[in-house]
Parts: sequence; structure tokens; C-alpha cells
Amino acid sequence: MKATVIVELKGSVLDPQGKAIQHSLASLGFPGVEDVRAGKLFRITLADSGQPRPEVERQVRQMCEKLLANTVIENFSYTLEE
Amino acid sequence: MKFGIVVLPGSNCDHDALHVTRNILGAEAEVLWHKDTDLKGVDCVILPGGFAYGDYLRAGALAKFAPIMEPIRRHAASGGLVFGICNGFQVLTEVGLLPGALMRNAHLRFASRDIDLRTEQTDTPFTSELSAGQILRMPIAHGEGNYFADDAMLDDLERNRQIVFRYCDREGRVISEANPNGSARNIAGICNRERNVLGMMPHPERCSETLLGNADGLGVFKSIAASLARV
Repeated sequence: MKATVIVELKGSVLDPQGKAIQHSLASLGFPGVEDVRAGKLFRITLADSGQPRPEVERQVRQMCEKLLANTVIENFSYTLEE
Repeated sequence: MKFGIVVLPGSNCDHDALHVTRNILGAEAEVLWHKDTDLKGVDCVILPGGFAYGDYLRAGALAKFAPIMEPIRRHAASGGLVFGICNGFQVLTEVGLLPGALMRNAHLRFASRDIDLRTEQTDTPFTSELSAGQILRMPIAHGEGNYFADDAMLDDLERNRQIVFRYCDREGRVISEANPNGSARNIAGICNRERNVLGMMPHPERCSETLLGNADGLGVFKSIAASLARV
């Protein structure tokens, strides 16, 4: 099974990196860019353990909470596919 | 009185901390390897600056799984002193021993220069020998020193007097022009509620002897020594 995890800064947290990218896009000639938020994406390949999907999902959520995201400043979301 | 300097893979200010505690302060000091599982009887643990685990994922994030962290957690929980400098501060927030997080500097550049700090709290074991409002000049060297916490948490820190150092100008005014990285409320260093864990971005261990042109940092180490001598 494969998990795709997206970690991004919470909406209330300023993202200077995203702002810098937005300005760069504008100076490259893309004036219509209103906002950019930068984040991280993880593609995780899980061994086939035969565990039911809710259990796998629980583990992926724990991976996010314990390591992949710092929940003080970041939100996470994930999708699972066979 | 014994100091323990933690060496994580990527620590690079460990020898500075060892030098100051051992040779300038004249205290006993020992290196604690990241794979160690006991603290060798040290009274104060120092998490030094550097780039532990290459700062992969987030600064300090991977350090929380080092074997040495478990005894450090226990040490802190039982009232022992833990002092994180720069990367050590980042590690302490990731481990959860200090609240908030350290984000990328607001201007996105690595900041390496001298700054001024105002001593906000002197009733901590790390600042007891300093005077209230004392201005200290110290070097900073970080890319991720932008302290963040939400407003409720910041108000909590103020209420519990946990903000120990703030960036200021030479006259001690806490103004945004004196803020080198965008930190919320000019925060340069905080302690936990119990006041036995301190994290700060500036480097007192790099300015603790007149030979180097600045001994402003020594007051922090002298405070720790005085606090340990009292118990």
C-alpha cells in the first residue's frame, strides 16, 4: 500500500518561503499569482501486512503526528492507495 | 557540580560549551554521546548548537529519537537543569520540553552577526546572576530562529514570565528593527513553566571570555553554577 502525506503550514502561520516564491513568479511574468503556500510531500511505501485499512490509516496518522508534521505550526493530510 | 554536553550527529558547538564550562567556569564537564542511555550523574545538561541529523525534515525533529533523549526527559521532569542553545533550543521545542516552534527566519536568510538581548527574567537558574533589564551582546548564527507560538500560547508565556530574553536595540528597546529573524514578540529565549529548562537562539558559549572580545555570555554560565551551588 502507498501513502501520500502532505504537510503544510497552518493558515494562521506566515509562510515567508511561499511569499518569496510568489514574488519570483510575478517577476518571471506571471502576474496573476495571488498566493503561494509551500509545503512538503511524502510518498511512503508500506509493506503488505494484511492489516485492515483503518489500522493502516491509524498508523499513517501516528507517523504524521509523531514525526512528519510539527502540529504546533503544521497541518497534515494523507491519502492511501493499494 | 557537573555539566553534560550532548553530542548529537551534527552538533558543532559542543566543544565551545565544553571549553567554557570546564576551562572558563572551572566546573566538571563531560561529553554525553547521543547513544548513551544515562546522564553520568550530571546536574546540568547542555544541548549545544549545530545541525543535529543535518536538520533533515525540520531542525531538531530527528533528534527527539536519540537514545539520550529519554534520560534527558526524566532529568527535566525531576527538576534537573536542561539548557538548549540554538539548535539545542530547536531540539527542546521538538521534544516538547519547551512550547512553540522555531521557523525559518522571516527574511529567509541565514543570520550570523552580533545582536543585543534584554534580560527579562532573573528568577531562573540560568539568569540569577544577571540584573533585570541587563543588555547582553551575543552572536547569533541560525537560519531557523523565528520563534512561533499562537497568541494564546504567547499570552501564557507572558503571564507565567517564561520569556527570559528578548531581542532589543543597544538602548534596550524591544522594537521590530532589533528583531533579527521575525520572532514573535522579539523572543530570543524562553524557559518552561517550572523554570528548569531554558532554550535560546543566541550563543553565550561563544562570548564568555575577554580574550574573544566579549564576555557577556559568561553571566549565564555563572548563574547556572551559582544555582547548582545553592542546592
